[in-house]
Amino acid sequence: MNGPPAAPGNAARGQLLQWGAVLLFFALVPLGRRSFFITMANEVLIMGLFAMAFNLLYGVTGMLSFGQAAYYGAGAYTVGLLLTRGILPYFVALPLAPVVGAALALLLGPLCIRLSGVYFTMLTLAFAELVWGVAFKWYGFTGGDNGIQGIPVPEWFHHPLHYYYFTLAIVVAAVAVLRRIVESPFGAVLQSIRENPDRTAFLGIRVRRYQLAAMVISGAFSGLAGGLFAGFHRSIGPDMLHWTKSGEVILMSILGGASSFFGPLVGAGVILFIEDMIGKYTEFWEIWIGGIMLAIVVFFPRGVIGTLYQWTRRKGSGERDGNAAAHS
Amino acid sequence: MDANLVAAQLFSGLTSAMTLFLVASGLSLIFGVVNVFNFAHGSFYLLGAYFAYQVVSVSGIPFWPGVLLAAVGAGIAGGIMEYVFLRRIYGRGGEAGFQILLTYSFILIIDDVVKMIWGTDYKSIERPESLSGPFALGDLSVPRYDLVVILVGILVAAGMWWIIRKTRFGRNLRAISANREMASCLGVNVPLTLSLVFGMATALGGLSGALSAPTRTVTPGAGIEVIIGSLIVVVIGGLGNFWGAFVGALIIGEVTAFGILFLPQWAILFSYAVMALVLVFRPEGLLARKGSA
Repeated sequence: MNGPPAAPGNAARGQLLQWGAVLLFFALVPLGRRSFFITMANEVLIMGLFAMAFNLLYGVTGMLSFGQAAYYGAGAYTVGLLLTRGILPYFVALPLAPVVGAALALLLGPLCIRLSGVYFTMLTLAFAELVWGVAFKWYGFTGGDNGIQGIPVPEWFHHPLHYYYFTLAIVVAAVAVLRRIVESPFGAVLQSIRENPDRTAFLGIRVRRYQLAAMVISGAFSGLAGGLFAGFHRSIGPDMLHWTKSGEVILMSILGGASSFFGPLVGAGVILFIEDMIGKYTEFWEIWIGGIMLAIVVFFPRGVIGTLYQWTRRKGSGERDGNAAAHS
Repeated sequence: MDANLVAAQLFSGLTSAMTLFLVASGLSLIFGVVNVFNFAHGSFYLLGAYFAYQVVSVSGIPFWPGVLLAAVGAGIAGGIMEYVFLRRIYGRGGEAGFQILLTYSFILIIDDVVKMIWGTDYKSIERPESLSGPFALGDLSVPRYDLVVILVGILVAAGMWWIIRKTRFGRNLRAISANREMASCLGVNVPLTLSLVFGMATALGGLSGALSAPTRTVTPGAGIEVIIGSLIVVVIGGLGNFWGAFVGALIIGEVTAFGILFLPQWAILFSYAVMALVLVFRPEGLLARKGSA
């Protein structure tokens, strides 16, 4: 399992600057006064959180999962099912979304980590397809391919701006927690697993246990993103669990830069924007996404942020550092 | 359950096992020799099916030459993918991830290209007249076409075994699989061989698609179903292991065929259950041996 390389953390000042910039940007989006921007930014926040949850596995731990949509969808269906059946109010159902995401990861994770590398990737895909198949066919419970429409969120959320700021608050909190996890001793172990699982094992660390923990945490945050989406869109369907959704966050992460902390968020913005633009002109957007991905893999393996960072660094100091991807 | 029904299911399981085997063996061959997991392998199945539709149903070429052409066409497409794109990332740090992403991008591209050329409607091919209708095997009557598919599958398996074990080309393959650099030092043209292997394996995928086209309707998006089916097969048999793909395909073909009898809607669950069992008790696959391509 190999992820992209990353250098150790930057100075605190740089970090503060980045957090400030990201926060400021999202806080000011509504000033555009166009509901299009608000809706778009809301989706970017949700997908960004989902992509960052994915990247805890890929960029941090070096496990390329092709099945994160299962946890994202599980979170969405948790909220959707509990609300449409009137079992629980929104503010109880939403916190359950990450719980269900984590529980599902705890169930599938032990099977997936039996194998490593490409096998791991393919197993995550296969089990996620299983979850999708169940949601797709089980009409009595999930509504099958019709999904769930008209999820009754509190009246106050029907205003796009209200839900936007609610999403912003939750996502900022979640991202801060993710950040703490990455920078904790636990996160350091995850990164050392990415760099060299064998050596990590020699240190007496139970690699599989940490990998499973990473899957569970990533599943929880993916589930939270799904739960947020269910309240945002108020209708969900099995395509949220589909493998193309898992592919989308992979693309967002590598496009933005899997070795930088905010990279996946940037990637989410870029991809959603491109999808929206292309969608206006042609129904064949997959070929564009595929073409972009192909170009990144062949020419810019570090992604947007990584390439920019490397470029400015090389320009600034004239040195060529093979390991200079920004971890920020 | 009466014996006739059991025999019929056994037979239909065998037929789907053979189409699965054709795809899975190519996947396994690429993994064993080129050391790439070709995530887009199912898309070459798709291409084979659409090529067959094009040459047989649209251009009116007879069935068997058409199927052959379709397989060759898919193989050429696969060879190009390896030659133009895939070889640029060999040996790069974190290669496994990049391989998946690169081949994933080809799934998206091939899917859309197929939609652009042939549209999203269901397409079907008439099977040749001489092969339609049943064939009496004792008390049992089986579709003739299925019988032919099984025969083709067995022939391909025997042919591939012969190529890998008995020919000079096969010896080169095994050498590359064991140690690419050493093979290169000993005068094996490694880049050419890798492209050829890729072409050969994707042609097998295309052959499977072309052969399946008359019995299953062809739609875009079939690629991912096929890749997951063959993934389950190779995980059970052992990835990179030729006979593993054969055994895995037989198991999955039969398990699915009999699963349909019990739980028609959820037949797919049985193959996942088998895979989960293999993963728990023998994660390296049933027939895994090191270094066998």
